[in-house]
Amino acid sequence: MLDVKAGDEQSFTLLLHRYRTPLVNFLYRMVRNREQAEDLAQEVFLRVYKAREDYVPSAKFTTWLFRIATNLALNSVRDTRYQRMEISLDAPVTVDAEEGEEKTLDVAEKNPNIEQHLVEETRKKMIRHAIEKLPEKQRAAVLLHKYQELDYGEISKILQCSESALKSLLFRAYETLRVELAPLVAQHGK
Amino acid sequence: MSCSRMENKILGYVDGRLKESERLEVEKHLATCGACRLRVNEFRAVSDLLDELPVIEPSAAFDLRVHARVAALPVKQSWWAAFLPAPRVAIAAAMLVMATVWVGTRPSNTPQIAETDVPVLENLDVLSNFDVLTELPPPVQADDSGQTNPQM
Repeated sequence: MLDVKAGDEQSFTLLLHRYRTPLVNFLYRMVRNREQAEDLAQEVFLRVYKAREDYVPSAKFTTWLFRIATNLALNSVRDTRYQRMEISLDAPVTVDAEEGEEKTLDVAEKNPNIEQHLVEETRKKMIRHAIEKLPEKQRAAVLLHKYQELDYGEISKILQCSESALKSLLFRAYETLRVELAPLVAQHGK
Repeated sequence: MSCSRMENKILGYVDGRLKESERLEVEKHLATCGACRLRVNEFRAVSDLLDELPVIEPSAAFDLRVHARVAALPVKQSWWAAFLPAPRVAIAAAMLVMATVWVGTRPSNTPQIAETDVPVLENLDVLSNFDVLTELPPPVQADDSGQTNPQM
């Protein structure tokens, strides 16, 4: 980031390559919409670029980056909370692809592993929905802890809370997930 | 260690992020507490389930879009640049200054008159002894014969 601050455009491209995938994944799991997640990730990079001259390496770059991303995601989730469209009961049966695209199930595909595929998709869907049902701050904490592997100090700075409060937040989130995913958790031990 | 204190340690234990001393303390508690042992196993299961979600890749145009948005940003000027006039204004102002200097330094078109050529009013007595006219001459009236007679 210091190279970007010094005006090295190549370093910005390197930052983009290194962090675009974790950022898009984090934002996708926060806002549940791929297109919106990509827009927000672009906005994060744009803000990083705009703020490059004022960047002070007082914290790790990832902390700063994910703090911008988390704030954008939380604002976006709050803005769209009441605008979410209800899924019509008349719509064809679909399975949410992890890629964010809705795939209509075509039984006529004659896929020999269709049953196994369905089981896996249902399992992933359950996990995704369990994460989505978490309150926004708990969700952000779980995503940063589990998928970005940030330490408690970094996450508490991103979410602007104490480490103790963060541990409590994560505990409550895992408790909720444990209940929501009880059938899968029970299978896991077998 | 009590079960309530385990709340802040349990996830760190599952993820292997505890210090050695904390880990030993947790394990000592788990050896005697079945409920916490069960919770540790269930949290471990949840953690493994979260690993099952696949990673998505950004779209192919992602980088291009970021670069396009960066390129569209207005060029940032330094703070003192705000005091600089626009080029057209600067050129106009410079031309005005040059014109003023040129007009100020060019020789005048009015002919220079030598001191010797200036007629000097030497005889000031004419002016200083000038009597104010106090009495006006009588107006001239015309008679019927067409001659004019001054009225007495």
